[in-house]
Amino acid sequence: MSETTDGLAFGSLALALLGGALRVSTPFLFVSLGECITEKSGRINLGLEGTLVLGAMGGYGVSLLTGSPWLGVLAAGLCGVLMGLLHGGLCSLPKVNDIAVGIALMLFGTGLAFFLGKPLIQPQAPMLPSVELGAWSDDEQIRSALRINVLLPVGLALAGLLHWAFRASRWGLALRLVGDNAAAARALGYPVVPIRIGATAAGGFLAGVGGAFLSLYYPGSWNEGLSSGQGLMAVALVIFARWNPLRCALAALLFGAAGALGPALQSQGITAGYYLFNAAPYVLTLALMAASWTPGQTLAGAPGELSFTQR
Amino acid sequence: MAQTRFSAGRRDILRILGTGAAASALPFGIGLAGAADKLVVGVIYVGPRDDFGYNQAQAQAVAALKKMPGVKVVEEEKVPETVAVQKTMEAMINQDKASLIFATSFGYFDPHVLKMAEKYPNVRFAHCGGLWTAGKHPKNVGSFFGYIDECQYLDGIAAASASKSKKLGFIAAKPIPQVLRNINAFLLGARSVDPKATVKVIFTGDWSLPVKEAEAANSLIDQGVDVLTCHVDSPKVIVETAERRGVYSCGYHASQARLAPKGYLTGAEWDWQTPYTQIVKATLDGKPMVNFLRGGLKDGFVKPSPFGPAVSAEAKKKSEAVKAAMLKGDFPIFKGPLVDNTGKTVIAAGKVLGQQDPLLESMNYLVDGVIGQV
Repeated sequence: MSETTDGLAFGSLALALLGGALRVSTPFLFVSLGECITEKSGRINLGLEGTLVLGAMGGYGVSLLTGSPWLGVLAAGLCGVLMGLLHGGLCSLPKVNDIAVGIALMLFGTGLAFFLGKPLIQPQAPMLPSVELGAWSDDEQIRSALRINVLLPVGLALAGLLHWAFRASRWGLALRLVGDNAAAARALGYPVVPIRIGATAAGGFLAGVGGAFLSLYYPGSWNEGLSSGQGLMAVALVIFARWNPLRCALAALLFGAAGALGPALQSQGITAGYYLFNAAPYVLTLALMAASWTPGQTLAGAPGELSFTQR
Repeated sequence: MAQTRFSAGRRDILRILGTGAAASALPFGIGLAGAADKLVVGVIYVGPRDDFGYNQAQAQAVAALKKMPGVKVVEEEKVPETVAVQKTMEAMINQDKASLIFATSFGYFDPHVLKMAEKYPNVRFAHCGGLWTAGKHPKNVGSFFGYIDECQYLDGIAAASASKSKKLGFIAAKPIPQVLRNINAFLLGARSVDPKATVKVIFTGDWSLPVKEAEAANSLIDQGVDVLTCHVDSPKVIVETAERRGVYSCGYHASQARLAPKGYLTGAEWDWQTPYTQIVKATLDGKPMVNFLRGGLKDGFVKPSPFGPAVSAEAKKKSEAVKAAMLKGDFPIFKGPLVDNTGKTVIAAGKVLGQQDPLLESMNYLVDGVIGQV
């Protein structure tokens, strides 16, 4: 390692990680915010990986057919809503386990997307435009790192909005109450089941939009290996972020940066141990889960109605 | 696993349905007898058939097989390089009565194809990319492959001619011999134009990881690389990213020219029709299995993509001259003295390795000028 470190430009590496974080994090951000809403209502939707992939396929297809990538984003969101409604509806039946339904829907969503997406692998759909935040700089690397998609600031703003809404708004309180103590919510006259279905559908919408980002912006193409488990990692990320939308945003950026670490180091000539660096996001998931999951202790901030917090 | 079991089930159902339909349509069973006479060829792909890359190149050859008289093709896509491929092969053999199987992905060979070949000695297995060794591997197995490094060398000429920074980038999946040979040939081609040209390599770790490939492309471009090429299953994302960032690209497997009308220089393409038809013909005629089949430009196994608009007349001339020498069969790419990028001499001075040399198929080094590590 010692002879390779001489050539390392730390500034350049930091910039590469920043660029990676800004490019790669958006799907993590949207899926984790969506899962955050769903879990706040007391349900876990593990099917968001399937929603993400289905959204990516649907968004790409609609963008191709209509010529408008924004309609594609909307369509991806609607795919997500349908998946969310399916999950929410199934889990509202008696004695149905939300985790099992989630796994089923994950397989269903990816399978359906692969099946319907066959004719979409070849054609090129119109892409979402990018915003040049780095136009002030002459440095190509800075400009490329700061070339972002408008969905990223939208997602970050949404994180702030959700953070406020969970704490202070009327519907946010209702959502949390339903998630923390269904009996109390019922006593206060809140319709528990419809709120949960709504929260799952809203979460599905966001995950679908995250999928559209994958197929319509970065990497910007539809194929069957597109997601490689990002939807699942985003669900894990919610637990690490302790159901706090602002921390979800931070964690998403961190995961994006971790994903950029492998390629960034190799492009700078640090080639030893690239398998390890390429595995960084997964190692990070495991490490964070292990660090944040203390056995025998109720998770701070976990909604009380989640199936894994119940005894 | 569930996927394979499902597909086996699907095969069963299709077969029962098909038999039923044929039996009802032809009460004398002529249809069935006719189908049994045909040679059933099973083809297994690791990804989707229309991926703009590796699998598409294979599927194009299979499309030609389907037109051959007396041949029936059964295909299965997206079969992982695990025990799943053994189950697919068994399903093809037992249920579809396939007697020739094309296993098209590198990782299928050892142990999966070898195991199946021992279990079913009457079935022929043709594997793409493996290194069949006499005495070590069963006689009913054959491996075919093309010397695509010839096209990579030509790519290197076009790339170094177009590059301003003389920094070229190569995004590769895994450091296996075929990939290393391509990277090295690309560098040697580039160095034939400019002895100072370098190739930066990024290994992504697997054959299809679109986000990581895009990330690798962006990282390389950020480091001043202005021509990208790759060895992954589908170059689509990389070629598109290069075009969006305004740098040049060379394609791989199939032509990606349509994806990058401005920056696509040329590319290294497969032309699998030749080995496929050769192997099928040998089987139809009852000749022994073609155990070891290799070919390059000369034999029509590989071809370069047509030049893109950014290739200069001078580069074209240079490339055409080398191509002509390759077509004549007197252009060895790897010759001594050749030093790897750790300073070790890998081919001694005066020694020339011909394209057919099996030593090249166990390449485990990156030559001097490549920035990367196996």
